Amino acid sequence: MSDKELSHQFETLDQQADAATLGIWAFLATEVLFFGGLFMLYTVYRFKFPAAFVECSKLMDLRLGAINTAVLLTSSLTMAFAVHSAREGQKNSTVGWILVTMLLGSVFLGIKGLEYYHKFAEHLVPGPYFQLDSPNRREAQIFFSLYFGMTGLHALHMIIGLVVLAVIAMMTSAGKFSKTYSNPVHIAGLYWHFVDIIWIFLFPLLYLIGNR
Amino acid sequence: MDPDPITKATYIKVYLALLALLAATVAAVFINMGPFNILVTMVIAITKALLVMLFFMHVRYSPRLIWIYASLGVIWLTYLIGGTLTDVLTRI
Repeated sequence: MSDKELSHQFETLDQQADAATLGIWAFLATEVLFFGGLFMLYTVYRFKFPAAFVECSKLMDLRLGAINTAVLLTSSLTMAFAVHSAREGQKNSTVGWILVTMLLGSVFLGIKGLEYYHKFAEHLVPGPYFQLDSPNRREAQIFFSLYFGMTGLHALHMIIGLVVLAVIAMMTSAGKFSKTYSNPVHIAGLYWHFVDIIWIFLFPLLYLIGNR
Repeated sequence: MDPDPITKATYIKVYLALLALLAATVAAVFINMGPFNILVTMVIAITKALLVMLFFMHVRYSPRLIWIYASLGVIWLTYLIGGTLTDVLTRI
C-alpha cells in the first residue's frame, strides 16, 4: 500500500472502498428515478391505450431485441471478469476484459442503430411522416415516442459507459491500480451493470407485449 | 480492495441462468396465457435484475448499508408509479 492509494480523509483502504461503493449506489438510486419518470409515463399510457401498445410491440424486431439482450448480458459477464481480475491485481487481463466489454457494448449500439434505421425506413418515427394503417394511429405515436425516448436515454448511458471504460482501461494499463486499490474499476463496473438492468426491463416492456 | 469473494465459475453459472431466463421470456411470447403473460415476463425481468444485482454487482457480499441504498431507488420508484396510478386509474 502506498500513500497515493489512500486519500487523506480515510483511515483505512477498506473504509475508502466502502465509501466509494456507497457513493456510486447513491448515484444509481438517482439514476433509477431519472429513468423512473419515463417508466411512470410508460405505465400510465399502457393502462390507457392497451390495444395500441400490443399492436406496436408486434412491430418491434423480436430477433434483434433478443440478440441485443444476450449481447448486453454477455458484456456484464465480461465486466464482472474485469473487476475480478482488477481485485486480483492482474493488470493485463483487467484491460483485456474491459476491451471485450467495450466491444460488446459497441455491438449493442450498432444493432440498436440498425433497429432505429428500420423504424425510420418504415415511417414509424412519431411526427408528420408517421405511417400506420390502423385505427390506433395516434396512440401508436405515443408508444414510439416512449420507445425512442427510453431506448435513446439508455443508449446515451451506454455511450457514457463506453467513455468511462476507455478511461478506466487507460488508467489500468498506466498502472494506477493494484491488488489493494482498484475502486474506480469496481465503480465503473457497477455503473455498467446498472445500465444492463435498465435494458433487462426495457426489453420485455417494449418488445414482449401481447402474443406473437 | 479485498480479493473478489465470487469465483469466475459462479459468474458463469449466473450468466447461464440469465441466458436461460432470456430464452424463457422470449418463448413465453408465443404462448397465450391471457393476463398471465405480463406477470410471467415481469417476474422473469425482476429475477434477472436480482441475479445481476446480487452477484455481478456484489450486493450479496456487501454491507447492509449497501442493501438499503440498493433498495432505495426501487422504493422511490414504487411511490412515483404507485402514487401516479392512484390518480390516473381512479379518474371518473
